Amino acid sequence: MEFNFNIEGGNFSHAGAASSEVKKVLKQLNVDVSLIKRIVVALYEAEVNVVAHAYEGMMKVVLSSDFIEVTITDRGPGIPDISLAMKEGYSTASPQVREMGFGAGMGLPNIKKNCDKLEIVSKVNEGTTVKMTTFFS
Amino acid sequence: MNVKELTDKLELTICSGEQGLTHEIKGGYISDLLSDVMGNAKEGQVWITLQTHKNIMAIASLKEVAAIILVKSRKPEQDTAEVSNDEQIPILSTPLDTFEIAGRLYKLIGD
Repeated sequence: MEFNFNIEGGNFSHAGAASSEVKKVLKQLNVDVSLIKRIVVALYEAEVNVVAHAYEGMMKVVLSSDFIEVTITDRGPGIPDISLAMKEGYSTASPQVREMGFGAGMGLPNIKKNCDKLEIVSKVNEGTTVKMTTFFS
Repeated sequence: MNVKELTDKLELTICSGEQGLTHEIKGGYISDLLSDVMGNAKEGQVWITLQTHKNIMAIASLKEVAAIILVKSRKPEQDTAEVSNDEQIPILSTPLDTFEIAGRLYKLIGD
């Protein structure tokens, strides 16, 4: 099963909408509740990263009997140093974004904690792809 | 204890989401950093914050918190209140600051 959701860069009033849709689908499919809770944290953080940093993005959800794989691809500035971006507390968010309570440098660490496998590929001035996989067993 | 009983005991103002007043409260969480709440708050907790913009409702809904308490007489923005009504997650307001309301909440439901 595969679902796709658009993510609008810069539009904070819609941040979380795609994650919310995925959550609804997973609930309808009777995916284990504790698993949904983990996945949702990772989804939301990845979605907010697109909203806060990129111009536009897409969330692709692939669901099989063994795993859920979510790929978030954006067109945006990219991440020059992924290991630095993974460090808790490191953020390049703007002051306005920080004032809203985002940009604490917890997004990527939160994603890592809440999925089983995380792959990030990024090209500066082109965009970033974040692929997270969570296994059902 | 449910949200309505908490509202009465702590003299909170109900700003929105009245249909969620029957939610049972399982604890509390305090943070103004949204990723911190996203990563650490648990279902059924009351979330105390000073943030009033719409994104708090995305978090509250995804985490299924019981209610949000805004401190220092803050009120939700219009679009925040609308989502609170749609999602049936109450937003409550107190004139107290975070320290004072947290202490009172802890006395009521902490161990």
